[in-house]
Amino acid sequence: MLSKRIIACLDVRDGKVVKGTNFEGLRDAGDPAELAARYNRDGIDEIVILDVTATLEARQARAHTIHAVAREIFLPLCVGGGIRTEADAAAAIEAGADKVSLNTAALHDPSLITRLAARYGSQAVIVAIDAKRQNGRFEVYARSGTDHTTRDAVEWAREATGRGAGEILLTSIDRDGTRSGFDCELTAAVSNSVPIPVIASGGAGTFEHFSEVFTAGQADAALAASIFHFNEKSVSELKYHLRSRDIAVRL
Amino acid sequence: MIALVDYGAGNLTSVRKALSAIGADYCTPTAPAALESMSAIVVPGVGHFEATRVLDQHWRAAIRSAVERGAALFGICLGMQWLFEGSDEAPGLAGLGVFRGSCVHLAGPPHGTGPFKVPHVGWNSLRFPGLSMSMSGLAQDTQVYFTHSYVAPVVPESAAVTTYGVEFSAAVEQGRVAGVQFHPEKSGDAGLRILKNWLDAV
Repeated sequence: MLSKRIIACLDVRDGKVVKGTNFEGLRDAGDPAELAARYNRDGIDEIVILDVTATLEARQARAHTIHAVAREIFLPLCVGGGIRTEADAAAAIEAGADKVSLNTAALHDPSLITRLAARYGSQAVIVAIDAKRQNGRFEVYARSGTDHTTRDAVEWAREATGRGAGEILLTSIDRDGTRSGFDCELTAAVSNSVPIPVIASGGAGTFEHFSEVFTAGQADAALAASIFHFNEKSVSELKYHLRSRDIAVRL
Repeated sequence: MIALVDYGAGNLTSVRKALSAIGADYCTPTAPAALESMSAIVVPGVGHFEATRVLDQHWRAAIRSAVERGAALFGICLGMQWLFEGSDEAPGLAGLGVFRGSCVHLAGPPHGTGPFKVPHVGWNSLRFPGLSMSMSGLAQDTQVYFTHSYVAPVVPESAAVTTYGVEFSAAVEQGRVAGVQFHPEKSGDAGLRILKNWLDAV
């Protein structure tokens, strides 16, 4: 049976994890490679590096971060944030990423999805959608939630799929950082509209939130950052919780 | 020396990293003639079956001849599918044909559609019908990482079988020729164990 995936997100700026951590025993709590190694030992299924810096120097630093994380883990690795061109994607993949996540660039130039899918395969192209409840629907925002696009999230997910996306990384802007639970309604609306896997993101606070998004939310995977960084609870405890709810996980 | 065949189907960084991690010596030959001196050949690859067209008659002849003189052959993902006779993904394009049968789309005929999303992405479990060299030491239901839309049929040489709507070959093995549909280089310790099993045997 296909397992539901638990994905850890490392929000990186200038080579450091910016949301911070309080793991004991790490020489440098903000080091992405050490954090990735820790998650790997704890049974994480996949790692996403979200690097929001976009200067040239930062892009070189990003390649260094990807390389350092990839050296630590033999797991799927996705890189997002500031992937604007084929060259950006190529640099990330050369450095060791298996997948790239496109957000703003895909909205501005949807053909980028198709070009990257043709070059690397659809499995390497994730389209990230940041959505907010507005006007009775879920509307898409670009540029880390700052640009309102008036596009409907379900409709954009369908288009992205048609253009060659292999997965959708769906973040609820309303829930992000609140720890009040994933937006299951949003997740189910998108998941039931596309034939490709949907990764739910935004709002993880408790183990119950994960079981909810895998059942009511119809998510294929769930992503979280700060719950893993700050909580005493671990990825493996989360998975035992999910298994106790008859949700298939990799233990 | 192991030849890692780079035919442009996807990025080899991860496979290189995994081969290094298990202590394998490898190179990426640019011409089929180089296979003559190789003790083993790895055919990786992700993406469309059409990409295997690059493995033309010269490559196929060199790979066949290497296998005939006793070299080991290991296919990963698309590289495993290529060991079969062909794929519905690229009709008319022949695979190497070591294993009988052709690859079919997960949601396509003859299986119909269902509640299963395609591509099949994520960790799924392996069932071992019998003992094999590459899967030795792994517990039944060991999970590994898949990402693919086409599947190879279950054959007598299936070393591991996975179910996702349908049953398909997750691994095949016959003598010194083996292949896996999943990505051992992305499957944590279990994946490295499988690669190491293969390396030890060759």
